[in-house]
Amino acid sequence: MRELPVAETIRHGVLEIEGLRVRADGGTLLDVPRLVLGGPGPTVILGPNGAGKSLLLRCLHGLIRPDRGAIRQDGVPLDAAIRQRQAMVFQRPVLLRRTVAANLDYVLRRRGLGRGDRRARIGALLAEGGLARKARQSARSLSGGEAQRLAILRALAIEPEVLFLDEPTSALDPAATQAIETLVKRASRRGMRVVMVSHDIGQARRMARDVVLMRAGRVVEHAPAAAFFAAPATLAARQFLTGTLVI
Amino acid sequence: MQDFAQEFTRALGLILSGDPGLWEIVLLSLRVSVLAVLISALIGMPVGAVLAVYRFPGRRVLIVLLNALMGLPPVVVGLAVYLALSRSGPLGGMQLLYTPTAMIVAQVLLVLPIIAALTRQVVEALDEEYAEQLRSLGVSRLASVPTLLWDGRLALLTAVLAGFGRAIAEMGAVIIVGGNINHVTRVMTTTIALETSKGNLAPALALGVILVGIAVAVTGAVSALSLRGDVEALRHA
Ligand SMILES: Nc1ncnc2c1ncn2[C@@H]1O[C@H](COP(=O)(O)OP(=O)(O)OP(=O)(O)O)[C@@H](O)[C@H]1O
Ligand SMILES: [Mg+2]
Repeated sequence: MRELPVAETIRHGVLEIEGLRVRADGGTLLDVPRLVLGGPGPTVILGPNGAGKSLLLRCLHGLIRPDRGAIRQDGVPLDAAIRQRQAMVFQRPVLLRRTVAANLDYVLRRRGLGRGDRRARIGALLAEGGLARKARQSARSLSGGEAQRLAILRALAIEPEVLFLDEPTSALDPAATQAIETLVKRASRRGMRVVMVSHDIGQARRMARDVVLMRAGRVVEHAPAAAFFAAPATLAARQFLTGTLVI
Repeated sequence: MQDFAQEFTRALGLILSGDPGLWEIVLLSLRVSVLAVLISALIGMPVGAVLAVYRFPGRRVLIVLLNALMGLPPVVVGLAVYLALSRSGPLGGMQLLYTPTAMIVAQVLLVLPIIAALTRQVVEALDEEYAEQLRSLGVSRLASVPTLLWDGRLALLTAVLAGFGRAIAEMGAVIIVGGNINHVTRVMTTTIALETSKGNLAPALALGVILVGIAVAVTGAVSALSLRGDVEALRHA
C-alpha cells in the first residue's frame, strides 16, 4: 500500500484512521490499520459492491462507532462538534417531506442564519444546482437525479470542511453528472475536503487527486490518481481497472 | 311508516329552522369534543413522538399499554372519571362532576391513547428513514422530534380526526360524568338516547342526521388525507 507524502497533508480536514475495525456477527466488515486522507483535490474511493466503501464513509462521518480504532480530523478525535463541520450525501439521500427550498432552509436555520441571509443563500444554491425553477415543488416529487442534486446542495449549504459523497452521480444522466462534478470540483477548489465513493472509473479519472481501492473491507491500494491509473501497484487494482475484479 | 315519514319531516324542519335548543346541543357536543381532541393532541403527540424516538427501559411495556388503552370501553372510562370526581373521590373537592369539564376529561382519556399510539407508529416509521440523515445534519434526538412531527403531519392529522370521530360519537362516558342535564351537559349522543326513550323521535332523528353528517365529513377527510399520503408515497417510490 502506497501512502501519500506527509508534506501534502498539511491542510484543513485531514482525516486519519488508525487500527479501525468494524465487526458484525462473526464477520469483519472493515479492517483498516492506517489511512490518511488529506491534501488538495478530491479523494475517490473505488471498489466492488459490498467492499465496505459506504461503511468507511459512515465511520469517517462518525455515524458508526467502530469496534476498535481511532478516527481523527486534523488530529482531533471525532466528536459532535467536528461532525458539525462535515456533511454527507448518502447513497440513498433522504429528503424531508417539504418543498425543495424548505429542505435547504432547514439546514441553514439550524446554523442560525437570519431570514434574509437564508433566502439569498437558498437562491444562490438552487441556481448553482439548476433547481431554481423547482424551489416551491415538493422535494419528494423530484426525479431521482434532481433529488440527488438537491441532497448535494443541502450538503454544500453549510460549507463543511469535509464533504462525503456516496455515489453522488449514480442516478444521473451525463449532463447532470458533469454539472455535479463541476459543483464538487468548485467546492474542492474553495478548500473543501471531498471524499467520494464512485463506481465510475471515468469519474475517478476526472475527479480524483488520490484513489483508495477497497475490497472485502480492506484498503488494497491508496495512491495518487495519476500513479494509480498509469501503473497500479496491486493485482487487485489492475483487475479492477480492467473490470475483472470480483469480491 | 306514515309516522316515521312525519317525524323525519319534522326533524328536517328542526334542523333547517335553526331550532335554538337543537343547535345548543350540537354546539356543546362540538365544543366538548374539539377541546378534548386539542388537549389530547397537545399531550399525545409529544408523548407518542418521545416513545418513538427514545429507547429506555419499560418502553415496550408503555407501548403495549398505550395500544391496549386505544380500545378502552367508554363506559368504563366514564365510571373511572365518575369515581375520581364524585364527592368522596380523590378529586371530589373540585366539584367538576356533571359539568362539561368532566365530559372533556373523560373524552381526553378516550382520545389521548389513540393519538399517542398512532403518533408513535407514524413517527417511528418516519424516524427509521430519517434518523441517520438527521444525525448527519447534526440534529439531536430531541431536536428531531419537531422535525418528525412536522414531516408526519398528514398522517398525524388522520390520527387527530380518528380521535375526534371517537369523541363525538361516544355516549357511555359523557352520560355518566355529565349526567345529561338540560342546557348544561346535554350532547348529541345523550340527547338522542333520551328523546328516543321518551318516544320523541323528531329531535332524536334531527341530531342523528347531524351526527352522521359530522361522522361522514370526518371519515371523508381521513380518507382524502390518506389518499394524498398514498400519492406522495408513490411519488417517492
Ligand atoms: N449494519 C450492518 N450489519 C451487518 N452487515 C453490514 C452492515 N452494514 C453493512 N454491512 C455489510 O458490510 C458490507 C459492506 O457494505 P457497504 O455498504 O459498505 O458496501 P459498499 O462498498 O458501499 O457497496 P456498494 O458499492 O454496493 O454500495 C456489505 O456486505 C454489507 O452487507
Ligand atoms: Mg455503498
